[in-house]
Amino acid sequence: MSYQEGSGPRSRSPLHYVCGGMLALFVLMILALIAADFIYLGQSAAGPKALWDLLTQQQMFFALRMSLATSLTTLILVLLTGVPIGYALSRYRFPLRAVCDMLVDVTLVLPPVVTGITLLAFFNFGFGQIIRAALERAELSTVSGVGIVMCQYLVAVPYCIRSAKAAFNGVDRNLEQVSRVMGCTEWQTFHRVSAPLALNGLIAGGVMAWARALGVFAPIMVFVGTGPRVLTMPTTLWLELSTGNIASAVAIAMVMLVLAGAALVLVHWLAPEGNIV
Amino acid sequence: MIGLELSGVTIRAGDFVVDAATLSVPAGQYFILMGHTGAGKTLLMKAVCGLQEIVSGRIAIAGRDVTAMDPCRRAIGYVPQDGGLFPHLNVFGNIGFALDLQGLGRREIIERVEEMAEGLGVSSLLGRRVGRLSGGERQKVALARALTRRPRLLLLDEPISALDEATRENISGLLKRVHEQYALTTIHICHNPAEAQQLGDRVGVMSGGRLMADELRSAEI
Repeated sequence: MSYQEGSGPRSRSPLHYVCGGMLALFVLMILALIAADFIYLGQSAAGPKALWDLLTQQQMFFALRMSLATSLTTLILVLLTGVPIGYALSRYRFPLRAVCDMLVDVTLVLPPVVTGITLLAFFNFGFGQIIRAALERAELSTVSGVGIVMCQYLVAVPYCIRSAKAAFNGVDRNLEQVSRVMGCTEWQTFHRVSAPLALNGLIAGGVMAWARALGVFAPIMVFVGTGPRVLTMPTTLWLELSTGNIASAVAIAMVMLVLAGAALVLVHWLAPEGNIV
Repeated sequence: MIGLELSGVTIRAGDFVVDAATLSVPAGQYFILMGHTGAGKTLLMKAVCGLQEIVSGRIAIAGRDVTAMDPCRRAIGYVPQDGGLFPHLNVFGNIGFALDLQGLGRREIIERVEEMAEGLGVSSLLGRRVGRLSGGERQKVALARALTRRPRLLLLDEPISALDEATRENISGLLKRVHEQYALTTIHICHNPAEAQQLGDRVGVMSGGRLMADELRSAEI
């Protein structure tokens, strides 16, 4: 480990060893946890074929399909709303902006189970009841993929907004002004200059939001439940665990780990500075 | 015909005020705007571009009142100090940026970009990423980009102040040639009296937010 340029002498101070040691311990802990999953699965599932058989069971396949379908729908909604919100927080000055900025983080700090209870409460009073009635008229229920998407959206959207705001903050305002003088309308400046220059951050935020959506558990448990038609990978994992089927639970965990790992690699490849979220 | 007319333009930016700036630049004139850092030159130019709101006054470009007009419709060619090139586009994309906005066909864009690039000596750079250009090359490309859209007014915000001596002379010569060729009304912000003498038809000075356009002639700098 070496100091960054300008940060001081290259001596090995006690601080150097303490911080470096903590980092090494943390990395070892994460690697040990991941390795434990693989070892456990290897012992209990008796090989790749058994693992494949576990994952291709109808219930597992349904959960995987439901998780992918809902999380990708959530991703689209998150990008459609999160990117403009991030742009507004980055570029515009308006009354109560600081309050809006803070509210974006509410679901980041809320215990996940509270998000689920909040959704339950919302759809049982006033405006929420009107929305629920409208959904029911359209033959849609909150106890379905719709409800799952609502839970995932609330958990995932702050990640997209935060990364979009950071990405737009990193775009040189002078370039946007030059484009306006060169003939761009505000909209053209957004899609020809701001968005392309912020693209890596926007994609990284989207990937991070998708990974979070894929892993949402507690709000779905509370708001949607664990009926056979609304099982996602996290809720299936919990059901398998609660019935003592640990090999299946670990198999699902491995799939989620691989998906989340791939998402992280993508995020770090797109935003190597690590300051996007 | 008047190329640029400012009538009592007042701008407020925090505590700083550009106070009732009045200026009349005949069409085709090369006007040099000098002044110390913080005198209000860039603020005034941003107001001309439509990027800075004005408190009162009137701005007209080529006889057209643009005071309330969106920046994109003012027909201005703008070259900022660092060139302001778009890093996600190559040199061709930068020079053709405004043409693409105008909805011209691909063939016409290519013709006009190649013609402009040849005129300014940047033909060999068309496929290059802007991050790989030298300071002088950046300014040439920025100038080509500003001229390609055939503006009514050319604004140069200290385009050569950050360049080395040899490159500065090279770009100064290019600016002179471009002005002779296109006869564009040009407003050039600079700090260097020698540069002002060499390029300007007329010189104005800003100090503490006040514009004294006709109080100095180039010979008196």
